Amino acid sequence: MASTKKSRTKGFPLEKDDLLDMYRQMCLIREFEEACAQQYSMGKIAGFLHLYIGEEAIAVGSIKAMEERDHVLTHYRDHGYALALGLDTGEVMAELFGKETGVTGGRGGSMHLADASKNFWGGYAIVSGHLLLTVGLAYASKYLDEDRVAVCYFGDGATNAGAFHEAMNMAAVWNLPVIFMCENNLYGMGTAVEHVSAVQEMAKKALAYDMPAMQVDGQNVTEMYEKTKEALDHCRSGKGPYFIEALTYRFRGHSMADPEQYREREEIDQYRAYDPIPLFRDRLIEEKVAKEDELEKIQKAAREEVEAAVKFADESKDPDLDTLGDFVYADPITIK
Amino acid sequence: MAREITVRDALREALREEMDSNEAVVLMGEDIGAYGGSFVVTAGFLDEYGRKRVIDTPIAELGIVGSAVGMAMGGMRPVAELMTINFSLLAMDQIVNHAAKMYAMFNGQFTAPVVIRTASGWGQLAATHSQTFEGWYAHVPGLRVVMPATPADHKGFMKAALRGNDPVMFIEHSLIYRNRGEVPDDDDFTLPMEGAEVRREGEHVTIASWSRGYYLAMAAAEELASEGIECEVIDMRVLRPMDTATVAESVRKTNRLVVVEEGWKTLGVGSEISAAVQEQAFDYLDAPIERVGSLEIPVPYNRQMERAVFPDKDTVVEAVRTVLAKDINTANV
Ligand SMILES: Cc1ncc(C[n+]2csc(CCOP(=O)(O)OP(=O)(O)O)c2C)c(N)n1
Ligand SMILES: [Mg+2]
Repeated sequence: MASTKKSRTKGFPLEKDDLLDMYRQMCLIREFEEACAQQYSMGKIAGFLHLYIGEEAIAVGSIKAMEERDHVLTHYRDHGYALALGLDTGEVMAELFGKETGVTGGRGGSMHLADASKNFWGGYAIVSGHLLLTVGLAYASKYLDEDRVAVCYFGDGATNAGAFHEAMNMAAVWNLPVIFMCENNLYGMGTAVEHVSAVQEMAKKALAYDMPAMQVDGQNVTEMYEKTKEALDHCRSGKGPYFIEALTYRFRGHSMADPEQYREREEIDQYRAYDPIPLFRDRLIEEKVAKEDELEKIQKAAREEVEAAVKFADESKDPDLDTLGDFVYADPITIK
Repeated sequence: MAREITVRDALREALREEMDSNEAVVLMGEDIGAYGGSFVVTAGFLDEYGRKRVIDTPIAELGIVGSAVGMAMGGMRPVAELMTINFSLLAMDQIVNHAAKMYAMFNGQFTAPVVIRTASGWGQLAATHSQTFEGWYAHVPGLRVVMPATPADHKGFMKAALRGNDPVMFIEHSLIYRNRGEVPDDDDFTLPMEGAEVRREGEHVTIASWSRGYYLAMAAAEELASEGIECEVIDMRVLRPMDTATVAESVRKTNRLVVVEEGWKTLGVGSEISAAVQEQAFDYLDAPIERVGSLEIPVPYNRQMERAVFPDKDTVVEAVRTVLAKDINTANV
């Protein structure tokens, strides 16, 4: 959420405070993900672990444009959104450690972070399934007259699944306030887009549903902010859903289990030149929004926050096994 | 006070009363509005409640259930109708991986109290339109699965489902919509969605079934009574959580059990009931449990062939005679 003041920093769509906050969030996510990789290799984190390194600008820029009441649903590569939404860094890390203090009490793990109090309805690990939940939340928002936009994040891979097309059609035919935010990072696991999608530009898929769509530079955090804002305004004015294709690249493997045999080192290096964090830092310095040492301080604080988070996670307890039967049914069952 | 009404009217009353008392309740599904619903349960609702609350959806079962789950998360009370249980297979992911998981996977932060109405049944519709899948859903923790037989249960369960906080698979049967029974005259009549019910008492053999199978069991019991064979008939009503204790209790009295289902026996609901009963009342069984189900083939179209696939009253009578003829105490097996 951006501050409400009207003035803007020269060359940027936002106040200095907000710009630096976005920089802080991006650093935090990067530090967090690096720490995750390390903790995974130490055996502290298990299961599937999908890192968001290289894609931070998408979550940070777009969430900055939203209101607190807006709904957010994501796929399993979900740490970035959780941190951008302000979930506690320690509690997110604790979830990855499977601890009782984790955001979902150790029941969800890396792929299923959530905080309903922030309208963050979760990370979902069945590719494309959550797009339909988003449609339902948007329906509820409209039906209950709540003025909330429901935003779902998903990958290029998800756009080839039936649920994607059912969700797009329903959102369009019911004229719902949904933003379909597709992160095109050129691969679904180890399969390049051109082998599995009839079109290379995901935004074209919106055409079939008469839905406005745009491509956005997903490495540019302020562009993500501005374009998301446009889409949100569109949705809020009752004009129905909007499709955003954020062009990006994931710098790490699909998950920690990925041997990365499907792409060349040169390709990765080529995209690393578009690292959203240094790109943003250079602009902030160039446009004299902040000095180098100020940004360095932010970066250092992010590292310390993550170190504290790891410590918190490590020192937290495993969930009590006596609670195993909790939360299966919300209403009581009396028969034995 | 009570009135005698049909299963269909019991459902109509339940839906109407809950829609009238709670603005958050909406109906959604294929052809439920202008067309009136494939089994005419929602005929007239569109005129009464309008498009906002009676939503004709695209033919997209996954989308219907998925969006309904999202609506439920967002504070609504959707009743998602899937024309028949055969088509529910297209929605399996949203039912099993989403609706059933929300509450536990996110550590109790929120629930998805969606009611999924669908119908089992058959009638010369051939292989893809004649299947019985309640066992598939009853297998899944996190779901409540009801498959009522009587009008009172249809009404009481539907109203309870719409006031409860869990996702409910509400499975109807196309061949019993016209069956009649007493329903209390009370706008607040609800029934807890758990517990089997002994509907007829008897001492010689227990027959456990549900939905249309319950009516077959009652008809068989009626016929056998004229020969002096007294059957205790149990209506299972709810398949998750399943009340097998009531069946075991009955078996302690009758010492014999027949389970009647319309589905394939292999890995069916009857297998589960049989296993549970031998766990709870092994010493009381005087004969092997008899399971009645349908032939294990894709259901054919031809009338004679189809009749031969599904159990009827005579199959149940036959099964009762079989368990009575066997007696492990006299080794007459
Ligand atoms: C329905 C389903 N099929 C397969 C998988 C295994 N899987 C997990 S992520 C993934 C690739 C998805 O790629 P994309 O949508 O582009 O997202 P990205 O990971 O690139 O962000 C696959 C195949 C799954 N989780 N769910
Ligand atoms: Mg991808």
